[in-house]
Amino acid sequence: MKSSRTVAAGIAALAMVGALAACSSGGSDGDGKLELRVATFPPGADQAAYDAFAEQEKQFEKEHPDIDIVGVEYEWTAPTFAAQLAGGSLPDVFTVPFTDSKTLLENGQLMDLTKEIDELGYTDKFNPILLEEVTGSDGKIYGFPRQAYANGLQYNRDLFEQAGLDPDQPPTTWDEVRAAAKTIAEKTGKAGYATMTSNGTGGWQLSAQADSRGAQLQTANDDGTFTSTINNPATKATLQYLHDLRWEDNSMGANFDLDWGSINQEFAAGNIGMYTSGSDVYTALVRDYGMDSGKYGLTVIPVEDGGGVLGGGDIAVVAPTIDDDTKKAAVTWIDWYYMQKLMNQDAAVADAKALAASDQAVGTPVLPVLDQDTYLESREWIKDYINVPLDQMTGFTEGIFDQSPVGEFKGQTQPIYALMDNVVQAVLTDRNADIDALLVQLDTDAQALLDQ
Amino acid sequence: MSTTAIDQTDAPAEAGAGHPSPEAAARTPSRRRRRTPLTWLRGGGLWNLAFLAPMLIVFGVFSWWPIARSVIMSFQKTNLISDPVWVGLDNFARVLADPNLGTAVANTLYFAGLALLFGFPLPIIMAVLMSEVRRGKGLYSALAYLPVVVPPVVAVLLWKVFYNASPDGVFNTILGWAGIPPQPWLQSPATAMPSLVIEATWAAAGGSIIIYLAALIAVPPELYDAAEVDGAGIWRKIWHVTLPQLRGILFIMLILQVIGTAQVFLEPYLFTGGGPNNATLTVLLLIYRYAFQNSLGGAYGEATALSLMLAVFLGLLSWLYFKLTDRWSTN
Repeated sequence: MKSSRTVAAGIAALAMVGALAACSSGGSDGDGKLELRVATFPPGADQAAYDAFAEQEKQFEKEHPDIDIVGVEYEWTAPTFAAQLAGGSLPDVFTVPFTDSKTLLENGQLMDLTKEIDELGYTDKFNPILLEEVTGSDGKIYGFPRQAYANGLQYNRDLFEQAGLDPDQPPTTWDEVRAAAKTIAEKTGKAGYATMTSNGTGGWQLSAQADSRGAQLQTANDDGTFTSTINNPATKATLQYLHDLRWEDNSMGANFDLDWGSINQEFAAGNIGMYTSGSDVYTALVRDYGMDSGKYGLTVIPVEDGGGVLGGGDIAVVAPTIDDDTKKAAVTWIDWYYMQKLMNQDAAVADAKALAASDQAVGTPVLPVLDQDTYLESREWIKDYINVPLDQMTGFTEGIFDQSPVGEFKGQTQPIYALMDNVVQAVLTDRNADIDALLVQLDTDAQALLDQ
Repeated sequence: MSTTAIDQTDAPAEAGAGHPSPEAAARTPSRRRRRTPLTWLRGGGLWNLAFLAPMLIVFGVFSWWPIARSVIMSFQKTNLISDPVWVGLDNFARVLADPNLGTAVANTLYFAGLALLFGFPLPIIMAVLMSEVRRGKGLYSALAYLPVVVPPVVAVLLWKVFYNASPDGVFNTILGWAGIPPQPWLQSPATAMPSLVIEATWAAAGGSIIIYLAALIAVPPELYDAAEVDGAGIWRKIWHVTLPQLRGILFIMLILQVIGTAQVFLEPYLFTGGGPNNATLTVLLLIYRYAFQNSLGGAYGEATALSLMLAVFLGLLSWLYFKLTDRWSTN
């Protein structure tokens, strides 16, 4: 009796020890190399993307034999960021969109990289507009801007053709967009035009569309405070425009719960004629959402009444929790993987070659992270490897440098985007939505956030 | 357990405890034994502890400690990196001042009300009907239980497809056969919440039906025979025999449903993200937004504060409920 109890208790205790041991983390590399965990691709990326990455990893490790690169599947989303940060499983190097980086750095959730960026000599080289995006109110720099884009009008050439529209002559005014959307909806039964509405992206794209009509959504005061000016004629015109497309023309389909991922999915599946999003979204559409590249079209957002094009981008950052050695390796990796290809011919060609060999998008139109000349020069270096259908993007590539770039408003960007989501949703789901009243409320709520 | 060990230590322990009041003495059975560490040890306490340890550690690490931490966190401001700062009741004040709280509470009550209206009686009716069926009872139980087998996330995503608001969506096609125009389902503030309740009822009914069926088996058949002799028809049998016999389980199921619906998260999160225009924003979704969404994790304090308030509220509600129903529910 007693012995069987002993055995049972022993087993129970062993099981516990085993379970606890399994909880503890792996520890450092056996061969003395420093293990650096770096972000790779979002879940769902195809094998070829990983093959290309493996090739680059090999190149890097050859040049830096003391660093062992470990690729980690990664996609920026706010909820997983918080969970990974809390759980200590963030990659050491990852990327964050400008939209969110300001909140993170104000929260103290990014590592200060001022000294490292200075030592590499980049501080004066970055496009000053972009550098400002990664500079905190304390004047410190928290990341490397690595890619910038302008919002563009994405369109499905196949749906244009089905509707009898010329895909080589995309619309150039908002009125033409409306007419094309109506034709597509009537001829194909698909949504002619769609816009993002949720998870903050509704606010982001409302900003982009209002900016193109000359909106100024917020003003920065000299004392460091902000005043909301979101209730202005251009924002109102944008909401009225969406309302009319939805309720008068019925050209926006039936799904109004769309964020960055789901609108890409719907667009790639051929259910959406046009929508606005970053000019670099082609890569994700083809790589992650399986879009047929022959159907893709990109042109500039129509700009009216002195409006500008809302830019954005992302920055490479370092987890706030790592030690000095890992930080040093992280900066080495960022410089090698993200920066060199922007300014160094050999690095640019090697990068393009590796990507093209695995059939990954090379040459998606973006905005200069450094200066325009360097950018245009770098495209010359890699022109043999460019494999994206640039002739389907001429509307954008020929028009973008004539548009004036606009940055995102600075105060409480994401929380105010979330408030704007609700307004976009209200206009698209409630025929009788009172746009004036919604804007008054939005302005009040936004100001309350800014005054916190 | 050895009783002699207890007997040996009984007297001195009792003496050391001082003089119990007459009421206490009356309440305490005279044969009650005092326990000391020694008796505990001799009685095999270590063995008990060894067997309890896995459970204690698992619950402690994964339930109790996180609960304790979240209570602490509700009085702090933290970014999960630097040391948290104590902020007193600031988090609670901010949550209570948030205009979304009113919306979330109202929506949660609306969801709970609808779920109670449709979701509570439906399984009872189904279970009673199924218990009357003579052939194929097993098949019906299996069919009723089937939705529970489908993983909840999969079920919601499937229903999201069914709820496609275009005229060629699944439900709209079915409505079209009956000549009913297409409905916006999740795409309108007016119909979004009822759409969520329909799915939630479908998903949860199976589990409740099984529990009611089990309870129905326990109803003594003589009661039905007696009622039949007295000339009762099926409705009177249900009203005078079945439901009174089920009342204990009914009370439990009701409070469980109230607690469950007060914490509704999955449906609004996956179906609508709280939209359109906050029409399906519930309390738990608001907690989630505080912690993870809008503020990018800047508001863990507010999230835990609201969680704590919800937990205390539900605790009080349950206590009150059991107080009120205590008299009726036990035989």
